[in-house]
Amino acid sequence: MKFLCIDCDTQMTFEERQQPGDGTFAASFACPTCGRRVAMLANPMETQLVSTLGVEIGGRTLDEQPLEFTRKAVAGRDDAFAEDSSPTAPRAPRPVWSSDAEERLTRVPGFVRGMVKKIYSDYARDRSIAEITPAIMDRAREELGLEGM
Amino acid sequence: MNHRTYFDVEGDDRSALGAQVGRQRARVTERLRDVRRVVAIVSGKGGVGKTYVTVALARALARRSAVVGVLDADLQSPTVARLLGAAGPLRVADESVHPASGNDGIRVVSTDLLLDDGRPLAWRTTAGETHVWRGAAEAGVLREFLGDVAWGALDVLLVDMPPDTGRLADLATLVPHKLSAIAVTIPSDESARAVHRALSAARDVGVPVLGIVENMSGYSCGTCDTIGPLFTGNAGTRLAAAFDVPLLTRIPFVARGAATTWLPTALVDAVFPRVADHRSPSTDHRSPATE
Repeated sequence: MKFLCIDCDTQMTFEERQQPGDGTFAASFACPTCGRRVAMLANPMETQLVSTLGVEIGGRTLDEQPLEFTRKAVAGRDDAFAEDSSPTAPRAPRPVWSSDAEERLTRVPGFVRGMVKKIYSDYARDRSIAEITPAIMDRAREELGLEGM
Repeated sequence: MNHRTYFDVEGDDRSALGAQVGRQRARVTERLRDVRRVVAIVSGKGGVGKTYVTVALARALARRSAVVGVLDADLQSPTVARLLGAAGPLRVADESVHPASGNDGIRVVSTDLLLDDGRPLAWRTTAGETHVWRGAAEAGVLREFLGDVAWGALDVLLVDMPPDTGRLADLATLVPHKLSAIAVTIPSDESARAVHRALSAARDVGVPVLGIVENMSGYSCGTCDTIGPLFTGNAGTRLAAAFDVPLLTRIPFVARGAATTWLPTALVDAVFPRVADHRSPSTDHRSPATE
């Protein structure tokens, strides 16, 4: 899809996306000529439809993980997948979540919450961070480009 | 005011959706690069024995020293994994999901390995309006099963299709160059009509049909060589003539041993000829086994 600034007759550029809650997906675009900004707000059904395509409006910020859509979308058994248990280097212990961070995680739509939690957990483990707090989440968002998570 | 068309507006699509879909398809192509052929087992109706033929064919091929994978595309009624003795969990490593290993070393992926026993295929969402997006979601799972699973070098990837005809079009889009199909029918006129639609669907999307299998073609009590009547009709012969494809075999219903892996050589030959032109590059040292 393309967003066109009618006044300038110019294609708008993608700025950012967010998932502010309630299953809403938001993507903002701006006119590079006049600076006008618009936001596209998708309802939960529309958000789900885009999610089923395995794509992200504006492009992906993280590489797609194997069976990413299947793993986050299919309501199946918890032990359906086993991460390789023979990493080349020992990993740090699994971090704990502060109550503030857990509360913030609840604002993430349920169908992607597990994947988002894993992203933050992996971020923390890779850096030997023992506790995930909102500040750590902000840092991860910034470094990994996780807008809206 | 008159809007311009999408294509009239210059510049790349800033939503980047088209490019991502293109990469998804490219990933399927790359993943299946070392798979010699993909064969969909279709019927257009349920209850004709697609899964039985798929499983039996897979085991017959494996015993002929072919390297075989089975993708269970019947996402809502998956049975292949259990029939092939494959169990989870699926191992995730090297940016891939690795297939489960079933009988005779057959590589298997199925939603049967993901779902809790007795639970249907369901989705983690509160979005509602499932009729809008469920088809796309199932196509997404099929795409990932093809493109994200480390199938490795295979002589044959068999795809056990659901009863409906629509999924074949998805498969043909994702695997446009190495896909063919075998249609399974039972002798009845009703089956002939349904399978005719499936064969038409295959023809419409350009999928070559290797032939027809007429399953439950008579009844064998298992204690003598006599084949008695079971269904009336000759759907296999009619369909083969209508679509100018071979009737590969007729398989009788056998009271005892119906779930064995016996299959006529003609059917196995259709998928994996004894001649060397279908031998896997990774298995060239082997000689085709005799049956």
